[in-house]
Amino acid sequence: MSTTATIETKPAAPAIEKIKVKVDGREIEVPKLMPDWTGKLTPTTMIQACELAKTDVPHYCYHPKLPIAGNCRMCLVEFGTPALGPDRKPVLNPDGTAKIAKSPRPAIACATPISPGMEIYNNTPTVKQMREGVLEFLLINHPLDCPICDQAGECKLQEYSVDFGQSTSRFAEAKVHKPKAVDLGPRIMLDDERCILCTRCVRFTRDVAGDDKLGIVNRGSYNTIAAYPGTQFDNNYTLNTVDICPVGALTSKDFRFQMRVWFLKETKSLCNSCGTGCNVLVSSREEKMYRYTPRENDAVNGPWMCDAGRLNYKWVGRSDRLKDVLMRGAGQGGLVKTTWLTAINDISDKLKRAPAGSVAIVASARQTNEELYLLAKLKANLGALSDSVEHTGEADRLLVSADKNPNTNGARLNGICYTEIGSNLPQIAQGIQSGNIKTLIVFGEDVTTQGIGADLLAKLDTLIVSNILPNTTTQLAHYVLPGAAHVEKRGSFTNTKGRVQKFMKAVEAPGDARAEWEFLHDLVHNVTGKNGYVTIEGLFNQMAAEVPGFAGLTWAGLGDTGVTVTI
Amino acid sequence: MSFTVPANLAAEIDELITHYPVKRAASLMVLHAIQEQFGWISQEAVEWTAAKLELQPINILEILTFYPMLRQQPMGKYQLKVCRTLSCALGGAYQLHHHFCEKLGLDAHKHGPQTTADGKFTVEFVECLASCGTAPVMMCNDAFYEGVTHAKADEIVKECK
Repeated sequence: MSTTATIETKPAAPAIEKIKVKVDGREIEVPKLMPDWTGKLTPTTMIQACELAKTDVPHYCYHPKLPIAGNCRMCLVEFGTPALGPDRKPVLNPDGTAKIAKSPRPAIACATPISPGMEIYNNTPTVKQMREGVLEFLLINHPLDCPICDQAGECKLQEYSVDFGQSTSRFAEAKVHKPKAVDLGPRIMLDDERCILCTRCVRFTRDVAGDDKLGIVNRGSYNTIAAYPGTQFDNNYTLNTVDICPVGALTSKDFRFQMRVWFLKETKSLCNSCGTGCNVLVSSREEKMYRYTPRENDAVNGPWMCDAGRLNYKWVGRSDRLKDVLMRGAGQGGLVKTTWLTAINDISDKLKRAPAGSVAIVASARQTNEELYLLAKLKANLGALSDSVEHTGEADRLLVSADKNPNTNGARLNGICYTEIGSNLPQIAQGIQSGNIKTLIVFGEDVTTQGIGADLLAKLDTLIVSNILPNTTTQLAHYVLPGAAHVEKRGSFTNTKGRVQKFMKAVEAPGDARAEWEFLHDLVHNVTGKNGYVTIEGLFNQMAAEVPGFAGLTWAGLGDTGVTVTI
Repeated sequence: MSFTVPANLAAEIDELITHYPVKRAASLMVLHAIQEQFGWISQEAVEWTAAKLELQPINILEILTFYPMLRQQPMGKYQLKVCRTLSCALGGAYQLHHHFCEKLGLDAHKHGPQTTADGKFTVEFVECLASCGTAPVMMCNDAFYEGVTHAKADEIVKECK
């Protein structure tokens, strides 16, 4: 484990020759080669140059992370190149500047490479007319059912209609009708009438997901996106096609007809379903989550995420969530509701009196770096044994990690668990068995499935449990502290590759449930007698200053996409 | 339902594939060979072709549904192909098509090829048969007919045994 944190940089690129082009009359220097969708350096295209010039070129089929198809024709631009005389020398204007020979025909910006001295015209009357024409054709057979379309509000047809649309339709003929509500797979519904045949979904599933399931069948006006009859579009990445579909053709069965997108609040967060830590946007309204969508981070997930992670948010709203602080009454009493103040003071007193070595901590690698840091402080003060629990599953070649904990490396860096996660658990079980360990603190795990059964837990004087959902361990606890799901608090995770990323709070925790770091802060303050930071920013920065693995990091410095530390 | 290809066709297809730098490029020719043998291309044939060329069935279905002359259903014993490109359209192709449909009990307004219930005739429109001066023209299987009047049409049908 190194002590230095490094800001993620692209592999030191060899110096790439720059060339000068003009976009709408403004000169700009752009690299001659730029990464294509695979990251390979290829000649820079007009659309890339325009992006560098901060000029928006409207497009449907082009997607920077997909192979170029060039079929929608929306990105047509006019252009010119320096004129050459019969002597192959540039022809100059009277003022000494290069004379530009304007191409008589337009070009699609997504697939046309730039050349030195090229001038790109993205805003001429001709360009505007061409785009109006393209859009008019795209809308000829479109059902114009925006009021009931899930894409409304984030639809490229709507957006470009504002720029290039007609207020009335000139189309007097009958529209072609195509299949509606086609059940493409377990998570995807297709409306062929809304489809503009950009083939983003076909290219995504063939070239990114590696599951060549979709194609365009029939021809002309009857063209439709389809899966082969009798097959399902069901790989673990299908919902990405809903994100990249520029129109309302592909919709998520989970999200369709649930909420108008313009009512949704978007919160920058992370997926916590595995150790990859895909960046997501949590869309919520009035404390209810409606969807996760991937948030682009080229160092982690690019613009994609898996379906399993994307749909793994509903447990947060489960009705059996732990909402109350519970405390076991005297003698054989059951759990009764109490207040945070009583419980924390009670626990603090017990921990303060506990002899060194009589406390053990089973933390969760689903907790945040900050929470694990506070637990590590408790551990040091109490001379406690600690560990965490391993959760594994199947990995794939794209994004899914075999490690189902989002923060195993955070637990390691904070010294809560060791290289082999869970190796201390037998020792903790033995300590309880022999009577050396009298107090057990469990966060977010069910230790009864990890070799510390109900019989062992019964031997404890004090069992302090914090969790989000009830389990066997919470039922046996002396103190139950209701915690918050990661979307209900702020914090940071360290992914399998050492990327430290932060996430923001999207919704409120139910009932009395509180972010673990808040009450851990109180607990650490009471037990150690040392004050700490009461904000997540301060806490993170304190951790970075004290824990060598996070050295040099700051909360602000994490930015939206995180920083990589050496694991 | 499994799809089996006779040995001589299998050999022909294997040989066809060698003509192309990549197997996928042989798709169209393989489909032609299959249609030549069976008269149409079934879903099983699509799957067989995809497996043969190391592709996904959807890749073959895309081609099959693109070309109207690759048949997705069994066709009649006699295929009446009426040209409807400009000269023939002006020369009475639609009336001729209507005449055939009425005579054979088919719906003239339906899109695409139509086959009689007994499987004897298929009537469909095709694009230019390259004899614009003698419109309307048509083909019955591989035989070519020019200046087809309704009387001549009746004769053509009659000749089909």
